[in-house]
Amino acid sequence: MIYLELFWNFLRVSCFAFGGAYSAIPLIRDVVLSHGWLTDETLTYMIAVSESTPGPIMVNLATYVGSSQAGFFGAVLATLAVILPSFVIILLAMVVLKTMIDNIYVQAVLEGLKPCIIGIILATGIYMCINNCLGQAQNFSIDWQAVILLALLLALTAGAKFLAKKKLSPIMLILISAFLGTIIYH
Amino acid sequence: MKEKHILYRLFLTFMKIGLFTFGGGYAMISIIENICVEKNKWITNDEMMNVTIIAESTPGPIAINCATFVGYRQAGLIGAAAATLGVTIPSFVIIFAISLFLDNFLEIAVIAHAFNGIKIGVGVLIVEAAAKMMKNMKRQWLPSVIMAASFTAMLLINLFSWSFSSISLMLIAAVVSLSIFILETKILRKGGEQK
Repeated sequence: MIYLELFWNFLRVSCFAFGGAYSAIPLIRDVVLSHGWLTDETLTYMIAVSESTPGPIMVNLATYVGSSQAGFFGAVLATLAVILPSFVIILLAMVVLKTMIDNIYVQAVLEGLKPCIIGIILATGIYMCINNCLGQAQNFSIDWQAVILLALLLALTAGAKFLAKKKLSPIMLILISAFLGTIIYH
Repeated sequence: MKEKHILYRLFLTFMKIGLFTFGGGYAMISIIENICVEKNKWITNDEMMNVTIIAESTPGPIAINCATFVGYRQAGLIGAAAATLGVTIPSFVIIFAISLFLDNFLEIAVIAHAFNGIKIGVGVLIVEAAAKMMKNMKRQWLPSVIMAASFTAMLLINLFSWSFSSISLMLIAAVVSLSIFILETKILRKGGEQK
């Protein structure tokens, strides 16, 4: 039952996505790859699209996966599954959660979750860069165009940070990489 | 009549917030603060701080947390539902529309090349987000060890396509952190008794 599976998997993702949009990406990647719902490539495209369109990335990705797998109702169910935990948590927060979060044991759990999710995000990002430049570990080949592009983008973000003391906005970075892509892959 | 009015306003206001906030949760917080605290005085500054803290230590999108909170404060459960739906609908509609024709779109050569570039940009973006989070991390041995371990594990899982989910990794980290905390407090208590 695809509807149930979409709902259940995105509910799980949303229950574990601590620390903002990027923490959800590795979890969603897990789910869509293991179910064969999206390829790594389409997922990456959709992350870029989500960054360039308004709204929370998690909601955007859930809507897309739901729609691509089971049409309109799939999209509705996956999106609801992503919203539901936060909705319920805030309603609970009115009653008990503030004291619960101050609890030392809950704090200890959160202190463990935060660095773990940072490690997971970093590994996912680095893996995606490696994967783009070298291909899968099974059929290894260097994509020089991708390596050049990656080097250019890294230089650009570092340059923006040190010279202009400003971070490139995600949308700007995506636009630049799209532009460079059309030139390099031409 | 008045209640209907506030529901309508909550829904529309949050729809506007949902439509005009690019760049994820943190960008949204400043806009929500501007509209809900300063303009409409729906919640106070202190309450806004509290929602942010709760949003950061609970899972899920921050925008949803804020919308639910403001909506509930103004008009109870229905208000919470109205605001949350409002903030979600714009991105839902946009992405749903995109999902219908993304494949045809990608068949155009120029766009396929652009997306080849974007693929690499997204990788950089994710590494950057992680680096930023690392900067704000506590400089202590336990978080550093947990981070290094989960980083290594996740990288290996990805490289060799092992079937081990990131959620399991997180559960392990939570258990380790909690057990070490309990052990530490026990040892400290014992040390205190001996003195």
